[in-house]
Amino acid sequence: MIEIQNVRKSFGLLEVLKGIDLTVSKGEVVTVIGGSGSGKSTLLTCINGLEPIDSGKILVDGTEVHAKDTDLNKLRQKIGIVFQQWNAFPHLTVLENVTLAPRKVLGLPKAEAEAIAVKQLTHVGLADKLKDYPSRLSGGQQQRMAIARALAMSPDYMLFDEVTSALDPQLVGEVLDTLRMLASEGMTMICVTHEMKFAREVSDRVAFFHKGVMAEIAPPAQLFESPQDIELQKFLAATH
Amino acid sequence: MFNTAMTMSDLMFLLKGAGMTLAVTGVSVAAGTVMGILFGVIRVQIGPWWAAPLTFILDIFRSVPLLIQLVLGNAFQSIAKLGWGPFTTSCVILSLYTAAYCTEIVRGAIDAVPPTTRRAARSLGMTWGQDMRHIVAPLATRIALPSWIGLTLGVMKDSSLVLWLGLIELLRASQILVTRLQEPLFILTVCGLIYFLLSFPVARLGGYLEKRWSND
Repeated sequence: MIEIQNVRKSFGLLEVLKGIDLTVSKGEVVTVIGGSGSGKSTLLTCINGLEPIDSGKILVDGTEVHAKDTDLNKLRQKIGIVFQQWNAFPHLTVLENVTLAPRKVLGLPKAEAEAIAVKQLTHVGLADKLKDYPSRLSGGQQQRMAIARALAMSPDYMLFDEVTSALDPQLVGEVLDTLRMLASEGMTMICVTHEMKFAREVSDRVAFFHKGVMAEIAPPAQLFESPQDIELQKFLAATH
Repeated sequence: MFNTAMTMSDLMFLLKGAGMTLAVTGVSVAAGTVMGILFGVIRVQIGPWWAAPLTFILDIFRSVPLLIQLVLGNAFQSIAKLGWGPFTTSCVILSLYTAAYCTEIVRGAIDAVPPTTRRAARSLGMTWGQDMRHIVAPLATRIALPSWIGLTLGVMKDSSLVLWLGLIELLRASQILVTRLQEPLFILTVCGLIYFLLSFPVARLGGYLEKRWSND
């Protein structure tokens, strides 16, 4: 379970998270929507411990992410994150991209790491690209490789930060299909997205962020059909 | 018909000088590169303010002409009674000179590795050391290589200045022959050719590695 308790976070004078409370249970899919600069992406990097927080608490399976004695490297092994920019390791082949962390972080033997990598890459439809370098892949393929790379660590939770935003429109579908597949398999996910149709389709709950505040959270049918928050109403009207 | 008084023994004398050039360059570039990597990583890690004293010292080695550094360094080792010979003194000064330039190359190369790529590595649970070893080092090496090859070739030519400390390297050996044989154009041409033959493989190695890595 991921528990976010009254989290505040500022960059200089700009407060980007203004007391966020959110609990995500095992197997749940929560999508986060909202305008640019509303704090959605920052929240994900805080959950992963990549960004410190100013106050509040984030607990992952009871472990406080930002506690001084928390082994963040170990905690991150159970929280996979995929970013808007896929951030492939350009000097490694697709297979090496996916095997690197299992080998070096988990200490798995090469053969075992490769077996896991092949399984995950097959899962995301890249079984025929194992020996290719990322530069030879399309954006959508690189993003799917990034998803396989995170999945190869066998995480309990997956965080997706606008994973389709940097893709050409014709490549968005293949990545969303991968996320749909993960959701249907019961993966616990928090997805920051601008894809409203996707959010409506896969989410158990949808959260709307506005200026650092979680203005509304509800099951998708309720949130999209009868939004309560005025800013959410404006946002949905603008995106439809 | 072209005639020269230069003998095979004279040519061997030049090649021996070239061997000294190679030795001074090899030791200085190796030591300077190791120090440059260390200082470069320190500069990136501790930030510009804390690294200011180190940067200032390295700037001295980058700013003062190498000849002055060699003469002052030699004088310092005499005054401090370190008992260093010309070879050791030359290598120490040239190593620091190389390190000063290499530090900037390394710092620039590490800074050029996209922070988002490093963040992706850390998000997979990699430690700082694993990130440096498996992501930053290979990517920064590719970025730094052309500059490092240029530095190495520069140091090889700059090493000719160690003749002022009494070392008989390639240029000094040529000067001795010019004085004795009075054939400056021919001897300096041979000297230049040897410098080229020493530099060419290094330059080609750089080109080969760049081409190989560009297939990534």
